Amino acid sequence: MPTVMTLTLNGESRSFDGPLSVATLLAALGLDTRKVAVERNEAIVPRSRYAQTWLGGGDSLEIVHFIGGG
Amino acid sequence: MDGLLPADDTWTVAGRRFRSRLVVGTGKYKDLQETAAAIAASGAEIVTVAVRRVNLSDPSAPMLQDHVDPKKYTYLPNTAGCHTAKDAVRTLRLAREAGGWNLVKLEVLGPPPTLYPDMPATFEAAEALVKDGFEVMVYCADDPVAAKRLEQMGCVAIMPLGAPIGSGLGIQNAAMIWMLREQTTLPFLVDAGVGTASDAAIAMELGCDAVLLNSAIAHARDPVTMARAMKHAVEAGRLAYLAGRMPRRLGADPSSPLTGLIR
Repeated sequence: MPTVMTLTLNGESRSFDGPLSVATLLAALGLDTRKVAVERNEAIVPRSRYAQTWLGGGDSLEIVHFIGGG
Repeated sequence: MDGLLPADDTWTVAGRRFRSRLVVGTGKYKDLQETAAAIAASGAEIVTVAVRRVNLSDPSAPMLQDHVDPKKYTYLPNTAGCHTAKDAVRTLRLAREAGGWNLVKLEVLGPPPTLYPDMPATFEAAEALVKDGFEVMVYCADDPVAAKRLEQMGCVAIMPLGAPIGSGLGIQNAAMIWMLREQTTLPFLVDAGVGTASDAAIAMELGCDAVLLNSAIAHARDPVTMARAMKHAVEAGRLAYLAGRMPRRLGADPSSPLTGLIR
């Protein structure tokens, strides 16, 4: 039974059909998992656990990558 | 133009050995092509990188790794923009997950306009990071007491500023940089303040193991040419340090013999 849940992604509120893992979220967003890192509710999600990490409504995620910097 | 320095003149940080004594940032360039060209011209083996949110509305935008190969260059993630210990630690934990390594640059900054290192917050972050297994190269004030404390905490490199970040004012504190160099056995870098090639040479002449800079190349009119200048300046400064400069003297000492003058 799909459910709609609201997540906060990089500070923005977005709705998705659940259930949703970090792996399926990144795929839906079109992101290359080798080039990003994910924090869920201020805790790191190890890359090896993306597929088993299920998201819940209200979760807040930071999805980051490397950019130029000094 | 390679080979100015002896082949065995290397430096080591956290067990990794490097030949280039120039560490460059990857920020402030016009585009990623210019970033890549300037870094190649600099001869740097370590590049600093920032950690930021992915632009979710444009996930296919070119990424730094596509232009600056992490297999070729050692990425040194930084905490630029972090003003609290908590943000710095979160940022580097994300960086470790994104890249898979522990060698990082910690900087916790005070407010503009100086962005001076916030040393109490830097201590707090350094302690948490060392405990969490990171190898911390630390941006710090030119403060011998703070530098010693960071060394005792287990940081792997001490990196005081020569002048405020992005100011290009050059090494404003040569005496303090020299004293800090003398008191530490850790890798020691000037990080921030270099404006042009002679500034980088001065830092090396003071005994630094390496120099870290970004704006001096990225904001030069011709970044690629300035990157080459920095490469040679760092090598020249290193050679001068190895050679040992002549003593300073108050007064003249003629270079030509005083005997045999015509009358």
